[in-house]
Order: sequence, then C-alpha cells, then structure tokens
Amino acid sequence: MTSSNQTLSPEQTLLSVKDLTMMYGSRIGCQNISFDLRPGEVLGIVGESGSGKSTLLNCISAQLKPTFGSVSYHTRHDGSQDLFADMSEPERRFLMRTDWAFVHQNPRDGLRMGVSAGANIGERLMAVGWRHYGNIRDTATDWLGKVEISTERLDDLPSTFSGGMQQRLQIARNLVTAPRLVFMDEPTGGLDVSVQAKLLDLLRGLVQNLGLSVVIVTHDLAVARLLSHRLMVMKNGHVVESGLTDQVLDDPQDPYTQLLVSSILQS
Amino acid sequence: MSQSTTASSYNYAYLDEQTKRMIRRALLKAVAIPGYQVPFAGREMPMPYGWGTGGVQVTATVIGPSDTLKVIDQGSDDTTNAVSIRQFFEKTADIDTTEKTKDATVIQTRHRIPEETLTEGQILVYQVPIPEPLRFLEPRETETRKMHALEEYGLMHVKLYEDISRHGHIATTYAYPVKVNGRYVMDPSPTPKFDNPKMDNCAALQLFGAGREKRIYAIPPYTKVQSLDFEDHPFEIQSWDQDCALCGSTDSFLDEVILDDKGNRMFVCSDSDYCQSRQDGSMPSSVEHTLSQASQMQSVNSEASK
Repeated sequence: MTSSNQTLSPEQTLLSVKDLTMMYGSRIGCQNISFDLRPGEVLGIVGESGSGKSTLLNCISAQLKPTFGSVSYHTRHDGSQDLFADMSEPERRFLMRTDWAFVHQNPRDGLRMGVSAGANIGERLMAVGWRHYGNIRDTATDWLGKVEISTERLDDLPSTFSGGMQQRLQIARNLVTAPRLVFMDEPTGGLDVSVQAKLLDLLRGLVQNLGLSVVIVTHDLAVARLLSHRLMVMKNGHVVESGLTDQVLDDPQDPYTQLLVSSILQS
Repeated sequence: MSQSTTASSYNYAYLDEQTKRMIRRALLKAVAIPGYQVPFAGREMPMPYGWGTGGVQVTATVIGPSDTLKVIDQGSDDTTNAVSIRQFFEKTADIDTTEKTKDATVIQTRHRIPEETLTEGQILVYQVPIPEPLRFLEPRETETRKMHALEEYGLMHVKLYEDISRHGHIATTYAYPVKVNGRYVMDPSPTPKFDNPKMDNCAALQLFGAGREKRIYAIPPYTKVQSLDFEDHPFEIQSWDQDCALCGSTDSFLDEVILDDKGNRMFVCSDSDYCQSRQDGSMPSSVEHTLSQASQMQSVNSEASK
C-alpha cells in the first residue's frame, strides 16, 4: 500500500497517498500526487491560489472522493486501510471525529457558533460517548488552558472571542480526542501578524508535545518554514517540487519555486 | 366507506382514499421503524399550518365510523383548537366524540399526554411542529438525515451540556429528546418533559404527524422510550410546590392561572378531564365546570381588586 520508493515498514507510514487525481469534469483539480507521511511529521503544501492545495487536502481528509488514485491511512486497530476502497462512510466519519482533526482557515467553519466554548470542546467527547457532564467540563477547562484562553471564558459564546482566540478554540476542539493526524487549511489566514506568531508558537509546541502528524496547506512561506519538516510546492494541480523545507526554500530547483521564494519580501 | 359522510361533497373523513392509503403506508413504515421520521406527501388541510394539520391528517387516516374521538389542546378539551378539530371530524367523519380519556379510541393531542393511563387499543395522535430533534443545532437536512442513519447523536448532548452550563441544570422542559427502542433519537413534539415517562412502555399506539414538515413517526405499543441525560445530571420531571387548586391532585401537570394583577394565582390541572373526574368522583360530566369555576374566581378576584 505504500508508494514504491519507500522501503519503510507499513507501521511507519501513517498516511500514504498514491497517484491521486481529482477532476472537476474535464478540469484538473490536482493530478498524479503521491507522498507518504510518517508519525510526527509535518508536511507543508504551498502554492498560489487555485493551485489545487485545498482540493488535495479535501481528498486526503476524505471530504472529497478522488477521481483516481488511493489514500491509505494506518488505523489504530486494522492496520493500513484505503479510505475509499476499504472503509465505509460511517468508519470514515468516525475517523474524522476521533483520530483526525481538521482546522479550517475560518474558525466559523470549524466551530459551532451557537454554543459555548465548553460545548464546542466537549462536542467530540460527547460524540464518542462521554456522558458525564463533570468530566467533559473538566477536560474542556483543561484544553482551554492548553490553548492559552482564560478558563473564565468557558461558558462564553465563540462569537464573543477575538479572531485569534476563535482559531485557538478551534484547535482545542479538534485536539481534545487526541488525534494522530491533523489537517490544517491556512490556519493563520486572516489573523494579524502578532497573533499569527503567537498561534504558530502554540501550534509548534502542541505538534512537538503531542507527536502529531500534520498536513498543513498555506500560501505563506514563512508559516511553512516555521512549522513544516517537508514541503510540497504545487502549481496548476501538479507538484512541481518537493523535499525538505530548508532545501526547497533555500535552494529551489524549479523555476516556479524560485519565483515563489524570490517574491517574498526579505526582511 | 366513502358514502357515509354527512357533508356529501366530501369523502369520509375529508381526505380522499388515495391520500389515506399513502398516509397509511407511511404509518406502517413508521411503526416498523420506531422513532424514524418517514416523509409523506402532506396535503393542504382546511386550517393553517401550526394548528395541527399533520395530526388531523393522521387522525383522518386511522379513524372509522366505530371510533370515538377525543381532542385535547394543552390538556384541555375546550380550547379553540380542540373544539374546532372535534367539530371538523363530527362533520366529516360521522363519529362520536368524547371528553373522557378512557372512552376514546383515538385521541388527538397537542402538547399533552392525558394523565389517565392509556390502554391497549387506544391511539394517541400528536400534532408536531418541528419533527427534527437536531434541527436547531444542525440546520442542514442532508446532514441530520445522515446523523440519524449513522446514529451520530453526540450533538444532542451538546444541547443538554449547554443547558447545564447556562442554567446549572437541564433547562429543556418541553420537546425533551428521547431515544426510541435504543436506536432513533426523537422529538416527542412540544409535550412537557413531565409526559416523557408516560411514553415509555405505553400500551397505546403513539403516532406523530408533522403537516408543514411532512413527516410521520411513531412509537408502537410497549416500546422503550428513554429520555437523554448525563450520568451526573439525570433526567427528572417537573414538580410543583402546590396541589391542584380544584381537585387537589398532587401528581398531575399543573398550569399556573393568573387571577388578577395583584399577584394572585392558582395552579390547576392542565388535563381538564382528569381534574373534572377527580372533582366529581367518577361521575360523567362536562368540562365546562372547571373553567367556569376558574373564571368565577377570576371575576370575584378582579371585582375585589377594584
């Protein structure tokens, strides 16, 4: 199930994507994409708007069914499973709310705005069968602290939170079931620079402490450099270059990557 | 069956036979899958949505000339809605009507389950405004259907969690979500949660009709109906400090009746038939008595305050 150029044992590959192609009619979303993700690894996907980053992310997080190719995930109990061929929809949905997490760019997409912060964090716990109010609340309080939100805000609605706090709440809500794989779609988009820096610090800490595997989509190369170990550069639905982050950013080989890197304002 | 109506231009019980057949099919499916919302082609009825169009269609479908119908609204037999639906079936279905719970074979209800224990052979028809218990948390119909199909009911507890965090206890007092037969989570229509325990293992057949939303669901007799709760915040029903001011009942659902603008109030049974029969012993009588008593008190009090 792992792609051919990997000689690692399956236990060491958490997510394996092979020849993934997504067509929207005759238009290409993304084409022939293969990669492996190992436990604790952070993979950045960068590229301009419309390059197919989000399509790819939606396919590998089982929200879109790819036209061709396979996505295999190493589940806790049954070993490596093809998301679409081996797993049923209930199993995929269960995976999404337990072992996986998805952090949206706009926290309003990822949060339930009508209920309090505590209920937002508790939702996943209740979805996996927690039925003790006190325990749910204690865990929610604990997680609010971990993402540096004052625990007094536990019963406040997310709409009373600032943008940065909403984003951190979304992260807490996602990580409460101790997922192994986190998908992030532009997690720092729409935040001002100082808040971005704080969020990135927090994310880096959480990723390291919890040993998370992350696929992070961003158009911000600074974010990619700070968080990701490996980088894939996409253009028009294709991967034009991939490799270690420092290698790609410091010594870009592909003309498009060179353009992308040189377009950043040097400070 | 079609020619025995008093209003000759209408079919028996207003609906045409094809429509009744369609609704019966939906009802059979609903009974076969307790708590599952079956879509049906709801018809326009000669009353506005929200006045019980769903319940009326179900009643019209299950009723026959040998049936005795009782209609209650908020437990009372003589509010506008109950009276007009009763008259509607007197006119179109040529049936006997009653106010006595135990004499009725079909009971159409809005908001209450009679205090008197229902028996085998009785049918309780509920008027339902919004059948989807998950609606206010998840607005997408496609998503709620999927959640029912996959039994993903964590969201229902999010609502209860939110109640406790805001009010210190589960403050949902009506339309309190239940799990039917250990499978489907169901909205018991806006009945007070006081009535939830009566649904559990009930001898009567319970049918739910939502006219505007075009859904039918059911609880067959002797089916397990469980109110959702938390381990450390168990389900409990309302209780009152006072007894019924008219019949002295200690265990029925009480309505608060404001008597004047001086803060005087009384608590009376919401189930008018139950209250009346307790006042009369078991003598058959009219329900007018209850309300006339209440209104007499009201006028006495308001005169006293002048």
